[in-house]
Amino acid sequence: MKRRSLLAATAATAVVAPLGLPRAQGAKTKFVFWHAMAGALGEEVGNICKGFNAAQTAYEIEPIFKGPYPETLTAAIAAWRAGQAPHLVQMFEVGTGSMLAAGPAVKQVWQLAAETGVALDPANYIGGVRGYYSLSDGRMASMPFNSSTAVMWYNKDVFEKAGLDPAKPPTTWNEVIAACRAIKAKAAAAIPMTTAWPTWVHFEQYAAMHDLEFATKSNGFDGLDTELKINTAPFVKHLNRLLDMSKEGLFKYGGRDNAAEPLFISGEAAIGFTSSAARAAITRDGKFKAGAALLPTDPEVNPNPINSVIGGASLWTMTAPNRSAAEYKAVATFLQYIGQPDQDAHWHQVSGYVPVTFAGYELSKKQGFYEKSPGTDIPITQLARGKLTANSRGFRLGRMVELRNIIQEEFEKALQGQQTAQIALDSAVGRGNKVLREFEKSARG
Amino acid sequence: MERRTIFAGWVLPVCLVAPQLLLTVFFFLWPAAQAMWFSLVRQDAFGIRTEFVGFENFADLFADPLYLDSALRTVVFCTAVAGLAMGTALLLAVFADREIRGRAIYRTLLIWPYAVAPAIAAVLWVLLLNPQIGVVAHALKSVGVLWDYKLNDAQAMTVVILASAWKQVSYNFIFFLAGLQSIPKTVIEAARMDGARGWRRFRTITIPLLAPTIFFLVVVNIVYAAFDTFATIQALTHGGPGKATETLMLKVYRDGLINLDLGSSSAQSVILMVAVVVLTGLQFRFIGRRNAE
Repeated sequence: MKRRSLLAATAATAVVAPLGLPRAQGAKTKFVFWHAMAGALGEEVGNICKGFNAAQTAYEIEPIFKGPYPETLTAAIAAWRAGQAPHLVQMFEVGTGSMLAAGPAVKQVWQLAAETGVALDPANYIGGVRGYYSLSDGRMASMPFNSSTAVMWYNKDVFEKAGLDPAKPPTTWNEVIAACRAIKAKAAAAIPMTTAWPTWVHFEQYAAMHDLEFATKSNGFDGLDTELKINTAPFVKHLNRLLDMSKEGLFKYGGRDNAAEPLFISGEAAIGFTSSAARAAITRDGKFKAGAALLPTDPEVNPNPINSVIGGASLWTMTAPNRSAAEYKAVATFLQYIGQPDQDAHWHQVSGYVPVTFAGYELSKKQGFYEKSPGTDIPITQLARGKLTANSRGFRLGRMVELRNIIQEEFEKALQGQQTAQIALDSAVGRGNKVLREFEKSARG
Repeated sequence: MERRTIFAGWVLPVCLVAPQLLLTVFFFLWPAAQAMWFSLVRQDAFGIRTEFVGFENFADLFADPLYLDSALRTVVFCTAVAGLAMGTALLLAVFADREIRGRAIYRTLLIWPYAVAPAIAAVLWVLLLNPQIGVVAHALKSVGVLWDYKLNDAQAMTVVILASAWKQVSYNFIFFLAGLQSIPKTVIEAARMDGARGWRRFRTITIPLLAPTIFFLVVVNIVYAAFDTFATIQALTHGGPGKATETLMLKVYRDGLINLDLGSSSAQSVILMVAVVVLTGLQFRFIGRRNAE
């Protein structure tokens, strides 16, 4: 990698792209779908695509795994620049801001529906999910696909060993601290508590549920000139709580993004915060009884917590030169197909993601899914709690991946005792705002 | 002694050189030119809006304390890696140069690590040092060391330096061994006759005669530590905790491919390119001069 720049890597990625492009001849219209689902979830995506190909004769979808979310985003951008974008790409929720600023590179859902005449009605989709991917006037920009939210996973066996009631997980932060102390005192587990997705869980979800402003301009929904607000008292209080818990040996930081998940799945950590979509991995690999519970809240900050926000990804239609109307219609048909109640309900039930349509949710209820697998409705309950506000609609900040990393970095420095919670968050806000201004400049051009 | 083949005409030579020229143009010159252009513009990730901003990306970088921190960190990292890798290699080479039984086996084994891919090497180190599952980590914990390189700047730096240096020891070893073997035995014998003891012989005879090798390896090791350790660091720490192990190369990747800030990333690439040109120039100058002597 001496003199080879980033662009060489970009070019290399683009060279790979044409492999999956449709051939002009042949009766079926082929189209390509890049996704970021590995392992068990990747197989399910493959099954959905097979189902679609078998269900009709006009179109053929080819799913291609492109690596984790950030790499899929980079690959899609490189491919578009080379005129070889996939027809459909799965994009994580924090990439939404970047994709909305992508103008001619994407065809938003409302545009696609209008051009192809395939009905894709936003009203079918659950509000909390749809809102994240819609323009401020309600038109859908991308198609909801896999949506999860953060929940608190806990090890029921450890709870019993520590003399805690496994049927009554802690609901407030004070109760969490008390439970962790009990676990530590009885040495019921090596680590009382850990967390995956530190920024998502302890800043984004925390802000939404307590109705706190994460960033100005409705978290960026109302304009690019938004600024972070996470250095206010409630955030400092929560960060201090985590720092104190870490000092007391109650909380163990397990790394950035989802690096801490194995700590919980291996049984080392008694409580683990992560996505509800970790269900598949936890039930498959966890050698203990696991429970999912609502994320704890702080009644002193807000006695009436509201909804948490979604994570996961949505599907974006991308453009390319010489892409035919038939190909767009094929994409629209696929989007319509996955929104059918039985498809949505099936995907929800096998993956641990929440249903994205009302009909999918109703069907799952009717099938008795929530009685059969208790705890699977926790994310839905949490997403639907209270009344949606400007603070709990979601986040529309440019270069959000970078913002998350900045917060993680400052968090890590604070955990090492290099800085106080207030200084950490002040510095995160300072650095984050610089990134937001850069994005604003590049998006305005 | 110089051997030169004289071709008649120009068609054959051009054909022979063309593949390498094409590779150089497409994979080095063209991307390098693009990087230079991108370093002068501000562009959104998709390349839809492009605005010429002159040297603003560079000015932003040099005004950014985090960039300067990263540069300083890279200097520390390179010095440590080069020092450790060369010191260890020299020590091993001196021992392997002795008349001992099974010399060939030792030599072969010492060269092996060079064949291990950086990411794989990093995985091996993870297995040794991981705070939860690592063997070394367990040993350290049992003697009371609070080992968690994921949350300790100094430990993280130590880990990436160790893993990176380990990878380079073999390469240095080969050169040192060759260098040692090319030192005339007669000179050493003469010194021995004059009563010079081991360390004195090493300091006054071996080191000066190894100087060209040492200088060559210093340059190669610095270039290696600065530019070829990306995979190792990325696999071990991702540049964390905080920014404790984020070298300039990691920052180029982070800003370009994760943060999609092409302007800044390209500006950083251009700066690194200049650094490589300077280092290589230095090397040619000094080595060239020595050969001419």
